[in-house]
Amino acid sequence: MFGLDRKDASLLIVVAALTLLAPFILNPFPEGSSLAQFNAGYPDLMQRFVIFGIFAIGFNILFGLTGYLSFGHAAFLGVGSYSAVWMFKLLSMNVIPAIILAVIVSGLFAVVIGYVSLRRSGIYFSILTLAFAQMSFALAYSVLTPITNGETGLQITLNDPRILGVSQTAQGGIPVTNIFGLEMRSTYQLDVGPWLFQFNAGYYLCAAIMLVAFYVAIRIFRSPFGLTLRAVKSNQQRLNYTGMNAKPYTLAAFVISGMYAGLAGGLMASMDPLAGAERMQWTASGEVVLMTILGGAGTLIGPILGAGFIKYFENIFSKINDNVLHGWFSFLPDGLENFIVGILHPFIGKGWHLTLGILFMLVVIFLPGGLVEGGQRIARWMKRGKASKSSQNTNPAE
Amino acid sequence: MGILEVKGVNKRFGGLQALGDVNLSVAENTVHAIIGPNGAGKSTLLNCLVGKLIPDTGSVMFQGQSVLGRKPFEINQMGISRVFQTPEIFGDLSVLENVMIACFAKRDGAFKLRAFSEALRDKEVMERAEQMLSDVNMIDKRGMHAASMSRGDKRRLEMAMCLSQDPKLLLLDEPTAGMARADTNNTIDLLKEIKQKRDITMCIIEHDMHVVFSLADRITVLAQGTPLVEDLPENIKGNPKVREAYLGESAGH
Ligand SMILES: Nc1ncnc2c1ncn2[C@@H]1O[C@H](COP(=O)(O)OP(=O)(O)O)[C@@H](O)[C@H]1O
Ligand SMILES: [Mg+2]
Repeated sequence: MFGLDRKDASLLIVVAALTLLAPFILNPFPEGSSLAQFNAGYPDLMQRFVIFGIFAIGFNILFGLTGYLSFGHAAFLGVGSYSAVWMFKLLSMNVIPAIILAVIVSGLFAVVIGYVSLRRSGIYFSILTLAFAQMSFALAYSVLTPITNGETGLQITLNDPRILGVSQTAQGGIPVTNIFGLEMRSTYQLDVGPWLFQFNAGYYLCAAIMLVAFYVAIRIFRSPFGLTLRAVKSNQQRLNYTGMNAKPYTLAAFVISGMYAGLAGGLMASMDPLAGAERMQWTASGEVVLMTILGGAGTLIGPILGAGFIKYFENIFSKINDNVLHGWFSFLPDGLENFIVGILHPFIGKGWHLTLGILFMLVVIFLPGGLVEGGQRIARWMKRGKASKSSQNTNPAE
Repeated sequence: MGILEVKGVNKRFGGLQALGDVNLSVAENTVHAIIGPNGAGKSTLLNCLVGKLIPDTGSVMFQGQSVLGRKPFEINQMGISRVFQTPEIFGDLSVLENVMIACFAKRDGAFKLRAFSEALRDKEVMERAEQMLSDVNMIDKRGMHAASMSRGDKRRLEMAMCLSQDPKLLLLDEPTAGMARADTNNTIDLLKEIKQKRDITMCIIEHDMHVVFSLADRITVLAQGTPLVEDLPENIKGNPKVREAYLGESAGH
């Protein structure tokens, strides 16, 4: 199917099914129940899942295949967002031109940053990308204020000179982002008994784009280009003595992953039309590194899993506060209850990064291949369990 | 004029004169062996031919064109392939993928962005890679992780990668070092067959005299960075200078 072999095609179909049914899958708990806080099926969070999925898929094309670890990919995310918002301000509130411009501009940025950074490899490459990203962040924050609106961030205002559209709606409000009239924020709500499922236009646009992005990534992984990128990671010296020029291959991977990041940034702005410098900060660059490694660098599905995992736990853990904990442990004697809540306190709410850090360390130490390796181990373990069972069954017959 | 002409090449590493005024002419479609004791500068000489090192002085001409100042991939694209002393392969890739890369490099050149076609459905490359693996008796290992193989197999894989590129000049740095006797004999047979079937020139560094005398048309003896003698194999055997420089040294071990 689509030029994929059976295994890849089934992977794509599974991912497609999961993203399309996400509003159901992520909302398994009835509204108002005590478990409802573990639901993740709201438009805003689902959009973040797939947008960061795109970001991580693209990052993996560079890091997973070539081994070049960029610490500056958030710069492309930010550039994508700024470009998209400018498109909204100047051209139209339709997201299509905004997304296209975001991809193009971030691609151009990636050519420049990649060309310079790829003159070095290893840690020096990482430092160069980090330096570029921090420079972009600092510029966006200060010198480039006319373009980026500095600290406040770039926003849609009531007097944007929109060429194909109006500056204000008939009611005098700010127009909203849409795709040929369908508003990104429009959401269809389905009530099934105590359950509430939300189907958001913006989410489905992002999900569709992520599926295309994922499909393209699979094709790249299986192509001669992808094979060469893996060779770059494995033994660049051998590649050079085999007659291939590793540089343009690596630069192409860098630019493609930069364009994925720009796409993600453009989509972020399309869902919520503002862009701030903090989107380019090193923490954002680090986050995509974590996502990719946590999920499984160099694997197809890993980055999507990692992005989903981190965004889910960020949302859930940061929402849990002491009151919630007291509710959970109220069955314990008061002293013990306070003690346990006291111990857990640093790991929740604003302290959720601590939890993430610990999870990350555990994964890196015990599952160097990330969540994908974890899944593979479980699958192998279950197979072995089955095999030993069937051998037990045959034994008595002998 | 030989296919490879090395003239007046010098190379220093700090105070050490690794190569001192090396002249070497390798005739087309011959096997030229370079022998000499450890540290004689044999690997250094090959490094100067493939762009890994740049000689301090002198010239290296391949088919009338200078290779000096060219990048390793450009030199490979001119038709020079090299097997390294310690096998250089793509350890993270499968055996078949290793050879496929070499085939892609040969067919598509130093850079061609083919990001949307499937590597495994490239009939031409697949057939060539599998043929090459059959030729070196490794077809049953095609799916193996290259890093997990024995040293001898890695060497054979590297040889298959180089041969799949149909090079005009093949440089082999101790291709049988670390191989069992049987594998060494297989390698000799393979190289003999290649030599008969193809238009290929080989430059081979080797310690195993059995290999050298089975294959070489001409032998250069290198000692302390300088060619001592260059002659036919039968004349090298009895040459007293060679005995002193080479065999004398190895007898001292
Ligand atoms: N890159 C290098 N830097 C410094 N010294 C080197 C380098 N490569 C080789 N040498 C030295 O040059 C001499 C020749 O080495 P080499 O060419 O490897 O000898 P061999 O004939 O055994 O292949 C040795 O003394 C070695 O230590
Ligand atoms: Mg050597």
